[in-house]
Amino acid sequence: MGGLVYYSSTSENTHRFVGKLGCDATRLPVDAASAPPEVSAPYVLVLPTYGGVHGKGAVPRPVIRFLNIEANRRLIRGVIAAGNTNFGTAYCLAGDIVAGKCAVPLLYRFELLGTDEDVANVRKGLDLFWTRSF
Amino acid sequence: MEPSPSILKCKPMNVHVKPLSRIRAINWNRIQDDKDLDVWNRLTSNFWLPEKVPLSNDIPSWATLTPAEQQLTIRVFTGLTLLDTIQNGIGAVRLMDDAATPHEEAVLSNIAFMEAVHARSYSSIFSTLCLTPDVDDAYRWSEENTFLQRKAHLILEQYDSGDPLKKKIASVFLESFLFYSGFYLPMYWSSRAKLTNTADLIRLIIKDEAVHGYYIGYKFQRAIERLSEERKQEIKDFAFDLLLELYDNEIRYTEELYDGVGLSEDVKKFLHYNANKALMNLGYEALFPPEACKVNAAILSALSPNADENHDFFSGSGSSYVIGKAIATEDEDWDF
Repeated sequence: MGGLVYYSSTSENTHRFVGKLGCDATRLPVDAASAPPEVSAPYVLVLPTYGGVHGKGAVPRPVIRFLNIEANRRLIRGVIAAGNTNFGTAYCLAGDIVAGKCAVPLLYRFELLGTDEDVANVRKGLDLFWTRSF
Repeated sequence: MEPSPSILKCKPMNVHVKPLSRIRAINWNRIQDDKDLDVWNRLTSNFWLPEKVPLSNDIPSWATLTPAEQQLTIRVFTGLTLLDTIQNGIGAVRLMDDAATPHEEAVLSNIAFMEAVHARSYSSIFSTLCLTPDVDDAYRWSEENTFLQRKAHLILEQYDSGDPLKKKIASVFLESFLFYSGFYLPMYWSSRAKLTNTADLIRLIIKDEAVHGYYIGYKFQRAIERLSEERKQEIKDFAFDLLLELYDNEIRYTEELYDGVGLSEDVKKFLHYNANKALMNLGYEALFPPEACKVNAAILSALSPNADENHDFFSGSGSSYVIGKAIATEDEDWDF
């Protein structure tokens, strides 16, 4: 069973979603200046998109800093993205960008805090995903 | 200009200056809440004006609508104009009274102005596509329509309450819920390849409203975090009661507008979906069950082209999913 790493801004939306999943998770520092953690086991990354023009600034800076560490990048297995369909083509864009850059699948997308249905889908999906991966 | 003789004659007075409370200048280099700067940057980089959208390309498409469809469209846009007018002149301004930081006040002034741009945009659509008497009729209709007027009054009542939390709740409901009975229609036309430039303009408004609802909802959550559990529950009960009151009215507004074209049930799903998002912006759980929120795929796709489920690994069939489609980003340090 792998772990979760996530970024949530002070809005706490993604933090709340991850909390509802009820599994161990590492939160990336909100402050871009803090040193990113180094992980030692395979993980799925959960991150939000707040819109953004043509992809610029879509990936939160602490996530970039975390993934710029080669050891962290080597252990990423998939991405779960949060967003808002109001952002049109930029919906969950940061998830697409990270999945593309790291050549891992975008596993799931949800809006804002996620609904109970999203929580159930992700729990079930992650169980299956890790069973298949090991 | 020469000073007037009476001023020249005045002797310098020994004025005793009464110590007043200090008035502070805003300092964007000393931020108390990073979210203020983030949202300021987001909103200013999203800035747009209706002139940038080639609305006149929709003239041939407008002519293909039946008179009833044209009337519906003008009425829907007049209803949206009314909400933007409230948010511009009253909503965002009243929220400024309760700003926790000077930067929040500045962000709210941006929100107020963009609401004026939104309201102005509908008039651009009207002047490009419609006949003046038809538009005048719709404005008259907006003043006489019971449900539209009731919706406006329910919101204004909260804005006048003087209660900072109730004002924020009403504002999030307006931004994230009440607009959507209207936004449905241009998305519907767009899904049928009609009024596509108008839809592009509405999408710009929809993006702005998402940031407004998110930001005001965030400020609401910050404002309640130190309250007692009992008080938090009272506020939550108030929010759900207000939502249901607005919802009942919105259903009737929707039926009056859309029954004639047979779209009411489809619009209602879109309302449920957005009501849930409005609650989430306030930090609350969704109220309407998933089956009530299954938005017509064509409408969802008009809103967000890649929002279909099959895009996901977990929820789609998985077979069509392609791993590793690299997308360039402009972040300089994003170089593995």
